[in-house]
Amino acid sequence: MRKYQLDLTLKHLSKPRPGYVLLQLTDPSAPLPEMLPGQFVEVRVDSSASTFLRRPISINLVDRQENELWLLVHVVGPGTQAMAELNTGDRLNVVVPLGNGFTLPQRPASEGEPCAEGSSESAVAPRYLLVGGGVGTAPLLYMGQELVRRGCKPTFLLGGRTSSDLLQLDLFGKFGEVFVTTEDGSAGERGFVTQHSLWQTATAEGGARVYDRICTCGPKPMMMAVARLAGEKGIPCEASLENMMACGLGACLCCVEDTRDGHVCVCTEGPVFPTDKLKW
Amino acid sequence: MADLTTHIGSLELKNPVMTASGTFGYGLEFADLVELDQIGGIIVKGTTLEPRQGNPYPRMAETAQGMLNCVGLQNKGVDYFCEHIYPEVRKIHTAVLVNVSGNSPETYAACAARIAELEDIPAIELNISCPNVRQGGMAFGVTCEGAASVVKAVRAAYPKTLIVKLSPNVTSIADIARAVEAEGADAVSLINTLMGMAIDAEKRRPILSIGTGGLSGPAVKPVALRMVWQVFDAVKIPIVGLGGIMNATDAVEFLLAGASAIEIGTANFIDPAVTVKVVRGIEEYLDRHGFRSASELIGLAHQS
Ligand SMILES: Cc1cc2nc3c(=O)[nH]c(=O)nc-3n(C[C@H](O)[C@H](O)[C@H](O)COP(=O)(O)OP(=O)(O)OC[C@H]3O[C@@H](n4cnc5c(N)ncnc54)[C@H](O)[C@@H]3O)c2cc1C
Ligand SMILES: Cc1cc2nc3c(=O)[nH]c(=O)nc-3n(C[C@H](O)[C@H](O)[C@H](O)COP(=O)(O)O)c2cc1C
Ligand code: FES
Repeated sequence: MRKYQLDLTLKHLSKPRPGYVLLQLTDPSAPLPEMLPGQFVEVRVDSSASTFLRRPISINLVDRQENELWLLVHVVGPGTQAMAELNTGDRLNVVVPLGNGFTLPQRPASEGEPCAEGSSESAVAPRYLLVGGGVGTAPLLYMGQELVRRGCKPTFLLGGRTSSDLLQLDLFGKFGEVFVTTEDGSAGERGFVTQHSLWQTATAEGGARVYDRICTCGPKPMMMAVARLAGEKGIPCEASLENMMACGLGACLCCVEDTRDGHVCVCTEGPVFPTDKLKW
Repeated sequence: MADLTTHIGSLELKNPVMTASGTFGYGLEFADLVELDQIGGIIVKGTTLEPRQGNPYPRMAETAQGMLNCVGLQNKGVDYFCEHIYPEVRKIHTAVLVNVSGNSPETYAACAARIAELEDIPAIELNISCPNVRQGGMAFGVTCEGAASVVKAVRAAYPKTLIVKLSPNVTSIADIARAVEAEGADAVSLINTLMGMAIDAEKRRPILSIGTGGLSGPAVKPVALRMVWQVFDAVKIPIVGLGGIMNATDAVEFLLAGASAIEIGTANFIDPAVTVKVVRGIEEYLDRHGFRSASELIGLAHQS
């Protein structure tokens, strides 16, 4: 997929929760390039002197009608703080799209029709369970949008420490069924995402909740626990890693993950990996 | 319009701007983002005789105006390069150079000899900052004897343009430069990264997996510029200058200090199109000041 370096314009900035910002960016001169759920952008932060390298941020949503690219950012340091202090109309330089993305079902013949995964003979649209924690839910929204466009009905399982860590629930609700956990019980079921009751009936085939694939993004311990559960149930699972990056292009080899195939670049061969490739 | 043609020994470059090894992959990674054909030269990733897995993650840390890395020369080995990468990179319409590493004079020479067979690779850059396995891991490039031993072995095996890349982690870089010139190097490039480290105060431990790493980016520029200045007075062979170059003004400063060509490394991470912008900027500088060619700038600051 062709990569671009673009100067996008900030159309709208909102703070869905304290400590989080949603940037709605647009290219005033051209339609935004093709990009896939699970891919990310490298943002240049010109307004923070202490932020030298670009910052990798997942694609949260692509609104083709409005020609908008959404980034959902958790403020954790000077780079993300500077993003939160941008003003409407400011330019933001991004390199986009980067990385591989989650495995998608084949595009249906016509929009909205049920789709099949790969060359699978099954006529039912593959059933996806998307499991996110904290700001790790960001790429799952775009994944949900794309799955619906391809005729699937994803299930979302989203977790946070407390209810104020749960973001964009209304938007997730438009794309599928949403389940929620919080560690303090302030919303949904109390506990971690892996303790949610839906797992009791989740299976790879022949049960109340059948899933063909699980995609997860969030803190590493959470993803590891999800991968373990998926493995026990025999459901193929993909996780999106957040290794520290310098170039984002596969050139510097700084971002490598030690996988069963050796050291591989998370920025080009990931960030999404089948969890059985990882040494977790 | 001024003439940007640059010579490094018998190697002719269309302009003085090259990419620094380890920061631009094989060039192909940047193909969508910059016009590769417009770059003066592309120096690909460090290549060794045998494949190397490199150091464990984490391999980088951001610093004030720069970064540290301890990638550790991860690469698939020279045979893989010759079979799978060379057929692709030879299609790029610019000089493609290979950065060669090793852990003994013999492995350096064997790797260089393989590269010598490749028709469309006109030169190599020898990275002598790698650990000498026989002498307990100390880098060849930090002593005159170590540097000379590698250059001697490679010179015997490699007939084309040989650029030797010097380490700044030395007491006198001029002495090292003289030592490699005496062994027949066609040019020197400097600087490689400066040894440094970063510590995570909250976790109370080093950030990089192996503790220390190499510093690059604007933070090292004054050191690099000073070293190019000193080496210019010490040797007759051409110098390729690098270290923290972010824009055309930085590049011009290196030419004025005595470099015949320059390399851009870490800046590619901030702006993947920086190389071509620097080419245009040098051209603009030459026109603005009425110079007819880039070569007129080489070492000019020494005359003031
Ligand atoms: C592929 C990818 C996608 C990402 N998507 C998003 C996203 O959609 N939204 C979002 O808010 N963040 C995302 N991140 C994480 C984001 O890049 C970092 O939080 C950001 O770089 C921190 O920059 P800073 O200057 O604010 O903080 P810094 O001062 O650089 O760091 C502050 C703290 O965050 C930690 N940190 C820094 N970089 C990372 C990183 N890459 N991964 C994990 N921890 C890090 C540091 O160790 C430090 O403790 C993503 C990271 C990757 C690799
Ligand atoms: C991630 C990274 C990897 C590098 N790998 C190599 C290498 O393989 N061989 C080499 O000679 N230099 C390597 N270098 C050093 C650069 O080529 C260059 O000498 C140094 O970064 C200084 O230039 P800069 O400040 O423009 O980056 C590497 C630098 C970085 C940042
Ligand atoms: S960040 Fe440079 S190779 Fe992945």
